[in-house]
Amino acid sequence: MMRSESRALQLNDQGQLKHFLTLDGLDKSILTEILDRADSFLSMGEQSVKKVPLLRGKTVVNLFFENSTRTRTTFELAAKRLSADVINLNIETSATSKGESLLDTLQNLEAMQSDMFIVRHADSGAPHFIAEHCTPNVAIINAGDGRHAHPTQAMLDMLTIRRHKEKFEGLKVAIVGDILHSRVARSQIHALNTLGVDEVRLIGPKTLVPEHFKEMGAEVFHELEPGLEDVDVIIMLRLQKERMQGALLPSESEFYRLYGLTEASLAWAKPDAIVMHPGPINRGVEISSEVADGEHSVILNQVTNGIAVRMAVLSMAMSGQLQEKEQQASSTGETV
Amino acid sequence: MKTCIKNGRIIDPSQELDAELDLYIEDEKIVALGDAPAGFVADETIDASGQWVLPGLIDLAVSLREPGYTQKGNIASETLAAASGGVTTLVCQPDTKPIVDTPAVAALIQDKAFESGRANVLPIGALTQGLEGKKLSNMVALTEAGCVAVSNHRHPMVNTKVLSRALEYASTHDLLVIFHPDETSLSDGGCAHEGVVSTMHGLSGIPETAETIALARDLMLIEKTKVKAHFARLSSAKAVEMVADAKASGLDVTADVALHNLLLTDNVLSEFDGHYHVLPPLRSEDDRLTLIEGIKAGVISAICSDHQPHEKMAKIAPFSATEPGMANLEILLPLAMTLMDEGDLDFNLLLTCLTQGPASCLGIEAGSLSVGSYADLVLFDSTQRWEWSGSNRKTKGQNSPWIGENLIGKVVSTYLSGQKVFPIN
Repeated sequence: MMRSESRALQLNDQGQLKHFLTLDGLDKSILTEILDRADSFLSMGEQSVKKVPLLRGKTVVNLFFENSTRTRTTFELAAKRLSADVINLNIETSATSKGESLLDTLQNLEAMQSDMFIVRHADSGAPHFIAEHCTPNVAIINAGDGRHAHPTQAMLDMLTIRRHKEKFEGLKVAIVGDILHSRVARSQIHALNTLGVDEVRLIGPKTLVPEHFKEMGAEVFHELEPGLEDVDVIIMLRLQKERMQGALLPSESEFYRLYGLTEASLAWAKPDAIVMHPGPINRGVEISSEVADGEHSVILNQVTNGIAVRMAVLSMAMSGQLQEKEQQASSTGETV
Repeated sequence: MKTCIKNGRIIDPSQELDAELDLYIEDEKIVALGDAPAGFVADETIDASGQWVLPGLIDLAVSLREPGYTQKGNIASETLAAASGGVTTLVCQPDTKPIVDTPAVAALIQDKAFESGRANVLPIGALTQGLEGKKLSNMVALTEAGCVAVSNHRHPMVNTKVLSRALEYASTHDLLVIFHPDETSLSDGGCAHEGVVSTMHGLSGIPETAETIALARDLMLIEKTKVKAHFARLSSAKAVEMVADAKASGLDVTADVALHNLLLTDNVLSEFDGHYHVLPPLRSEDDRLTLIEGIKAGVISAICSDHQPHEKMAKIAPFSATEPGMANLEILLPLAMTLMDEGDLDFNLLLTCLTQGPASCLGIEAGSLSVGSYADLVLFDSTQRWEWSGSNRKTKGQNSPWIGENLIGKVVSTYLSGQKVFPIN
């Protein structure tokens, strides 16, 4: 009665990625492979010739139902460095006809014989839906869906952590702020637990950090000081202005006073703790300028790492699709 | 017309009967069980050897989609689905287009149902005009036009004063009011039970308190107005406890549950399959088990299909953008019987909740095979294995997670007032 699981949906018969929808259910070896590949692309970025031909002749469509210049640009750069042809589509959706427009759009794009869709959508599960409904052999990459997942962002954060801390074992990681609405945090929790950190802590008021997150393998703290005590990595999340209107918080200033990362609160963490933020930063709302620009901050490294991680994911998913296509061809060949 | 159904196993909770007996029908009614009445010469004799003979099922929640939404279903298609599932009496919802807030719409639905001749159709009238929660509907006229109860369906009654007056007015005329407890300021925008699964998958949650806060208000007003009340589609453990407490303190209320809330939990949402998008939502295992306990304890006295047929497109979208509801009317009995596999419920109690239970919620004479009753009955092969797919599906609805599944137990034939309504050529 239960439909296929994400594992089955995003992996081919050899257990290789063919879509990249969520980190939930992916094992440590795949996450490590993504990081290793990204590392090799990073060293390549330092060379004068930046392109590799892994996606030569392939058409990659950036299918953004929600606006995001930064994420779209890094995906575009990643695809181009892999020698793909890239089409960018920003599609505004009306609240009433999401379903139809999504399916119609897909059918139109399939006719263009695309090889890969990079999808951002406001509805949780939209990339799953697309992976289930589009023609075979098109890879779907999740570039953020609703509150559900943002797996490439989480993996670039993992790369940043690994490059600074070398290994995940023994690390204590705190994620601070609006966990409830954050697809990044959900993907980070999966990744950190799979890669074997010691502890994942979530810090924020009950309106933004419901107790249910404990079931994902995280500790929940409602106060900053005990939450930050002895941590190696601090990930600050962006606080959206809408949260005040939604009665989730009284004011930005009260949030900053209780949960903002300042030099004083940073002192509660380990002396060599690193500070991360998926951006864009609200200075003076979730983080002070001194910390954002200070020696503990690795925020700018995150952006560089983002291109390498996306190159890794795109190339792995494409080879997973090719592997599956060859297998289909050989099995139909046998039956003829 | 005289019919004899021979050699069947007659199971009728209303008479605490489970025995191999012959059943005799004359015109519309059952005239004898066991021995033939004096001088009875059957025009037709049906051999029901190896089959169960059951009272026709009563379903408290069916959306026929007509008038207004015939791309999803119509009275002919959905009453045929009912007959093929052994449902001889069904209660249809007021949220058609136009809404059932005038006697004309109620009459139209019943006329079309009568024309199709597959099932007794009992409409629910709107409690307020246009289901807007502002002005009272002509409740008495609606009742005179055949409405079995009044309800604001799942449309919010934001103004408690209007609700209170609507209940006082309904109480004046001894009308049954059906409540769908839902505090919409808490449930709006939600598509899944607020819990671990919705949190992990980033789906907007509908908290248990959306149900219980509305239920608490409704219970207070029922106590005050003494209106006849029925709670539709309980979904949470806490709601079951609240209704149990209310009954224990002497309040005369009844309640039902949708079959899918007894079978499934929010665990099935992990793949974002819109077929599992229902309202009220599938909740936790604890909620599911408490709903079953509620049936055993008599707090919940009816199980319904909550049949909501949709066209295919309604479910082809990301989860939260799909339209809620499942269309399981015609597999109600075999699906309900899967609850016996895990030892959750025995057949007698299940059948009670599909016949006598809903009849008593509505206060109607139906759901019994006693002598003198209308001959609404089902011949059922409890061991037949079959696949529910393609050609044998009757509903226009394309939305059930069980399409293509193998089921055990199949309706052989259905009789309505002594007339065979399924299968017919």
